[in-house]
Formats: sequence, C-alpha cells, structure tokens
Amino acid sequence: MAAKALGAVRRTFAPWEDAAAKPYIEFRGVTKRFGETTAVDTVDLGVYEKEFFALLGPSGCGKTTLMRMVAGFETPSAGSVLIDGQDLAGVPPYRRPTNMMFQSYALFPHMTVEDNVAFGLKQERMSKEEIAARVDEMLKLVKLAPLARRRPDQLSGGQKQRVALARSLAKKPKVLLLDEPLGALDKKLREETQFELTDLQQQLGMTFVIVTHDQEEAMTVADRIAVMDRGRVVQVATPAEIYEQPSTRYVADFIGDINLLEGRVTGIGDTTVRIACTGTGATAFVEQRVDARPGDPAWFAIRPEKVAISLKRPADVAINTVSGEVWDIGYFGDVSVYHVRLETGAIVKATVTNRTRLVERPITWDDKVWLSWSRDSGIVLTS
Amino acid sequence: MAQQGEARPSRWRWLLIVVPYAWLFVLFLVPFLIVFKISFSTTAIAQPPYTPVFDLSAGVAGIFDAVRQFTVDNYLWLTQDALYVRAYLSSLVIAVVSTGLALLVGYPVAYGMARAPKRWQMTLLMMVILPFWTSFLIRVYAWIGILKKEGLLNQLLLWVGVIHEPLTILNTNWAVYVGIVYSYLPFMILPLYASLERLDESLLEAAADLGCRPIRAFWRITFPLSIPGVVAGCFLVFIPVTGEFVIPDLLGGSGTLMIGKTLWTEFFNNRDWPLSSAVAVILLLILVVPIVVFQNQEQRRAERERG
Repeated sequence: MAAKALGAVRRTFAPWEDAAAKPYIEFRGVTKRFGETTAVDTVDLGVYEKEFFALLGPSGCGKTTLMRMVAGFETPSAGSVLIDGQDLAGVPPYRRPTNMMFQSYALFPHMTVEDNVAFGLKQERMSKEEIAARVDEMLKLVKLAPLARRRPDQLSGGQKQRVALARSLAKKPKVLLLDEPLGALDKKLREETQFELTDLQQQLGMTFVIVTHDQEEAMTVADRIAVMDRGRVVQVATPAEIYEQPSTRYVADFIGDINLLEGRVTGIGDTTVRIACTGTGATAFVEQRVDARPGDPAWFAIRPEKVAISLKRPADVAINTVSGEVWDIGYFGDVSVYHVRLETGAIVKATVTNRTRLVERPITWDDKVWLSWSRDSGIVLTS
Repeated sequence: MAQQGEARPSRWRWLLIVVPYAWLFVLFLVPFLIVFKISFSTTAIAQPPYTPVFDLSAGVAGIFDAVRQFTVDNYLWLTQDALYVRAYLSSLVIAVVSTGLALLVGYPVAYGMARAPKRWQMTLLMMVILPFWTSFLIRVYAWIGILKKEGLLNQLLLWVGVIHEPLTILNTNWAVYVGIVYSYLPFMILPLYASLERLDESLLEAAADLGCRPIRAFWRITFPLSIPGVVAGCFLVFIPVTGEFVIPDLLGGSGTLMIGKTLWTEFFNNRDWPLSSAVAVILLLILVVPIVVFQNQEQRRAERERG
C-alpha cells in the first residue's frame, strides 16, 4: 500500500544541519556481540538534544540492543556511548540521566498506579508533598488521574501504556527511551497516541529515542530516522529524505512501496543519467548526479504514486514510459493501486488517488495502459 | 438433547471425581474415624488393648452398647497432665523456629536457582529433588554419624583447630533443628523457586532504570512478589514438622519435647492406645487452622493467576 509521507512538519528544527552543534547522545564505533552473533556492528550515530529520533528496522536488526546500551542494560563489546560528552562506560542504569518505557510496560503488579509513578521519585530524596504533586502532574498529563488508586491488573492495555509513560516521565529525564511502545495497541489508539507523543515531546522539550519496526510510526513521530539492517545503520535522515531519497535498495524497499527496475547505465551527464532497464524494456532518464560509468549496473527506483497511468499513448515513448496490461487492482478506499504487467513479465505498480466517488473507473483489468513519470520523480540507486 | 453424546462424558467425569474421594475415604477418613473412636475408649489388658471393640456380629444393638461405654476421660487427662500441653507448645515452637531457619537457608538457594542460566536450572532442580530418592530414615541416621561426639563435624573442627573439645550437638535441640531443616528444605525451596522463577526480569530492569539500586530493588520488588512462594513454603514445612517424630527421636535428647515423640511413647511404651489416639486427634485439631488457611491462600492465588 502506498505510504503517505507524513514526515514531521517542524522544518525549522534541524540541528543536524548545523556544523557547530554537537550531538547529545553519541555512539562511537559501538559494537555488541552475544557469543557468536554480532547484534550491533560498528555504529556511529548522533542524536541531538530535543530531537525525536527513531531507530527503525526489522526484528533482529539490533535497534533494541542499541537503545539498551544507552539505558545501561547492555555494555558495548567495543566502542563507546556518550551522553552530553560523557562516556557512560561503567555507569549503571540507576545512575544514568535516561528513563525507559518498556515494550511490556513492566508495571509493578503489587503497587497502585500512583505508587508505580512515584517509584522513581522515591529513589531521589524528594519530600512527600513534592512526590505527590509530581505524581499528580504526570497522571494529569497522560489523562489517568481518576485511576490513581487502581492496580495494573485492573487496567486496559492502553491505560497500562499511559501509566508506563507517566512513570518514565516522572523524573523529568533528559532522554526518554521508548521500546516499541505502541505495538500492543489497536490502530486507532496507536494513531492517537503517536500524535500525543509528539505533542508531549515538544511540550516537555526532552530528547526522545524510539525503537520501532513500524515504518509508518517512525515517519509520523520522528524528526530523523535511522534505518538499520543486521546490526548496521544504513541511512540516517528525515522522514521525507528517507522516503524520497533512500540511499540503498534496502531502505527504499523497507519504507513504503517502491518499484525497483534493474538496469544498466547507458549515459552519464553532469546532472543526468540514462538507464536501460533490462527487466522492463524501458529507458529511464533521471535528473540526478550519479557516480557511475556507462555499463555499470544500477536500479531505477520510483514510488508508485509518482507513476502516471493512462489509456492514452504519451507523446514521447522513448524515455520514462512503458506499456503493459492491468494485471490487478488493489482497492484501498482512498487510493487504488494498479499492478501493471509489462511485456517482459515484470510488474510495475502505479497508485492513483480515487478523486471521485465513482465506483466504475476508466481503467480496469486487462486494459492496455501506458505508465509514465517525469525525470525527477524517481531516483537511481547503485547499492 | 443429545443423549448418547452427553452420557459418556458425564460417566467419565463421575469416575474421575469418585476415585480420589474413594481413595481418601478408605485411606484417610476411615483410619481417622477409627482413631477417633479409639480416643473415646479405655485401656484394657486385651487384644486390641482397649475397650469397647465393635462386634459386628452383635448387630446394631451391640454397636449401641459399645457407644454407651465411650468416655472422654482421655481428653480430660490431656488437660490435667502438664506434659501434654508443654509437648504441644514445644512442638509448635520448634516448628516455627525450624520454618524460620528453613526460610533463611532456602530463600538464597531458591533465588540462586531462579537467577541461574536457564540451561542449568533443570540440573539444579534435580539436585534439590534427588535426596528424595533415598530413604528419609537413612539420611537422618547419617546426621548421627556427622553430629556425634566422634562424628565428622567434630573431627573437622578439631582438625582445623577451631575448637579443642568436641562439641555436644547430637541429642540436643540443635541437632533436631539441623535434621529438620535438612529434611524439609526441598519443601521450602521448590515453592520459593516456582515463585521467583516466574518473576519478570523487566520489572527489575524498570526499577534500575528508575534509579533503584539492586539491593533496594530486591526488597521493594523481588521479595514482595515472592511472598506467595514464601507462604506456601512456610506452610509446607510448618504443618508436617509440628507432628514430626523420627528426627526428634533419632537426633534429639530426652529434653527434646515434641508431641510426635510423646504420642509414640504413649502408644508403644505405655500401650495406651486410647490416650495416644486422643493426642493425635487434638494434634489434628490444632493443625486444622493452618491447613485451612493454607488451602484458602493457594486457592486464592490460583484464581488470581487464572483470572
């Protein structure tokens, strides 16, 4: 399904573009090995203060291990983790300026909601009144004030999650780590909570690091996303950049839907490149600076919503056009995805917004159609 | 209404319920009723050494005749002679102290087992249960060999030089405590282990994350959540130890007063079956309270886990 790019709108906040800014959380050459397996492989990463940073990747890619090293539950096999310039080697979790919201919530079953939230505060020497006031503030923040006396086994999943959030925010940490916090919630609740999280983060001015395998979630909440694969960070960029300018096929394929056409470079210009797509018989002319020579293998990647579909033959058939038959149509209510089968057998997807309420659409199964795209709507990937 | 389909399941269910009830009836209730009946009898120089004896050939009239001979003298005797009251109290005290000692020894063991790497836990569990495969009596006997004046413990301490005169441990209450804690330790360890093993490690991580140091986290999180196991273990040790006989008999001295020994003495040495039956009935009545409390606890815990 075509992912709608809902990247963060806060364009004025971009400390990673400032050369003078120093990252608040830093990973320098961090590696983590568990016996024979390498969970994290030489990761260099910087998270800036007040950023909402997402670690995104499939199960087993090392994102949770990476975050646990910030929290202090794992120690790096090599490399160092720094917060605010200070190396955290040897610092136990209870002395770090981080707090974590666990995937399983990890609420203390023998304590009330109030006591759960107050637990962290009782470890610091706050007076009883201060603790009560802060607990009250936190419960109001997550809208759970009337449930203060309940126990975790009397709460619903969504309520437990809010208690876990309140508990992790109670100490007003500099960094909040969220381990797949929304996984157990249903879709509607998840969407609501995503926006609540971003609002909360802006309001509180904290640095949030979230681990998730849900790319839509990462795109919604994060200022920047680090896409990980098998222990390595493949690309770190804003959601829009990740979506429109993926650096590798892995990233392009992981986020949203993509058409990947394999081919060879046939022409190189200063700002353009020409690719003959072997699988599809199409020629792509792309406005992009690519470091390659004619004859090199390359992939042309274009998102389905950038592919125009029409029954009429376009003016110039030589470049950025291909023809085929409508093989299948995926109807999603708001969009329809046309799977077009080319003469060579390859399938190219084109997404069309259902702008009218017509049930009968002009293009249907087995129609002969033309797919086309402009020279700047796709990109060339060399890895 | 499905006749054939319903008849078979209900017949099997009836059988499943009846079998344990029948077993308990024959092997527990009937013997208890016999003891109960004997407690209302008087001693006699006869075989069996009490009267009345139910003679079924005499018919219903014969039974009524026998019942008319029942007496509560035995129970009155128990209240009059201070020995029995002291024996009951002493048994309870020894049971409480033994339970406490077993908890002190067993908790660290169970904790270590629960925190051990998963692949070791089966082995550790086996090691706790393995002693049950040998005779209980022989294991208690072994302690005689260890604790006596010329025993292994004294030899070791003398050799190391910690003491110069052999310690008198055997035939004192200390030996009884050692024997009881040793024999009943698995009953303490297993429920504790079950309770601790179920503990969610992420709870301790959350505690650490919130600033709680490990020792404090133990008392705030681990111990409170292990209390069901503590309670179960304590009851499983306390209830049988109160009536324990073998260990105080073999390892204790003449000063070790336990109701199990008293009962044995009355029954075998004095041949006073009615009195010893009364002692047994009273002991059961004393233990009914903790037994019922324990059952309720377990049931509530099981319901809480299911729901």
